[in-house]
Amino acid sequence: MIGVGKIKQYSNILEKPLSKGKQEVSLSAFTFLFSELVQYNQTRVDNIAELERRLEDAGYAVGARVLELLCHRDKGNRRETRLLGILSFVHSTVWKVLFGKVADSLEKGTEHEDEYMISEKDLLVNKFISIPRDMGTFNCGAFVAGIVRGVLDGAGFPAVVTAHFVPMEGLQRPRTTILIKFAEEVLQREARLG
Amino acid sequence: MTSTACFIIVSRNDIPIYEAEVGSAAKREDAAQLHQFVLHAALDIVQDLAWTTSAMFLKAIDRFNDLVVSVYVTAGHTRFMLLHDSRNEDGIKSFFQEVHELYIKILLNPLYLPGSRITSSHFDTKVRALARKYL
Repeated sequence: MIGVGKIKQYSNILEKPLSKGKQEVSLSAFTFLFSELVQYNQTRVDNIAELERRLEDAGYAVGARVLELLCHRDKGNRRETRLLGILSFVHSTVWKVLFGKVADSLEKGTEHEDEYMISEKDLLVNKFISIPRDMGTFNCGAFVAGIVRGVLDGAGFPAVVTAHFVPMEGLQRPRTTILIKFAEEVLQREARLG
Repeated sequence: MTSTACFIIVSRNDIPIYEAEVGSAAKREDAAQLHQFVLHAALDIVQDLAWTTSAMFLKAIDRFNDLVVSVYVTAGHTRFMLLHDSRNEDGIKSFFQEVHELYIKILLNPLYLPGSRITSSHFDTKVRALARKYL
């Protein structure tokens, strides 16, 4: 019944305890909000690169906060100092909290040492969006790429993160790959830490 | 028991975003500047030490006369630094953990730009109350 039980009122936000993280948000509400976000930005940019950048910046803000919150809540105040550690943190913990499941796969790039890829068959933000042909290579997964960049940047692993469509045989829709390219200093520090 | 203590929060980009003198001793003008200077000088040590361990609480990392610098590094590399003269490590650890929770609540505000100064007076009041309780 609506209204049963009193919700405790807090005088300011600092008094309220941090949520335990068991809350779920309705999918329709989120996709509606996300579609509005994309449409809002679409009317204010001149080209596709700018639109992708704006979505990425929106995701970056989310990523910075998700990193701090999850390390405190789910990982018992342990920081990640190694590359593989932070990648598996993104691939499992972050994905599970944001999308309800771990990412489909985490792969290391074959051509370059500093490239890693997280793939998802059906990325939540792309699930209900179809890209018109005249928009070329635009991918709404740029929002999720921004989230990943926010997490990595916050933890001290600066990287360039982009989202790409990869057509798969046997699947109607292409799967989405988040490509992570780490900065030079990250690899140097990894080599130094051994 | 009087104790001197200076607490600052330094962001990832080495910009102080919050400062407070939380000791119960009488405040002197020159002492405050000296405390801040010592804390900033300890930042280099924190930088190296942060990558060697995955724990958040790095205990006493530097000393100056009889004052000790203790540091707590969060996941986003925001550093809580405390300059103090007490030996109560558990109290200091609890203080850092409580301030960490407060910091996360401030950070979750979507209108707060990470790395900018914390201007909330509620935050200030609560930090001083925690300092009186644990230090």
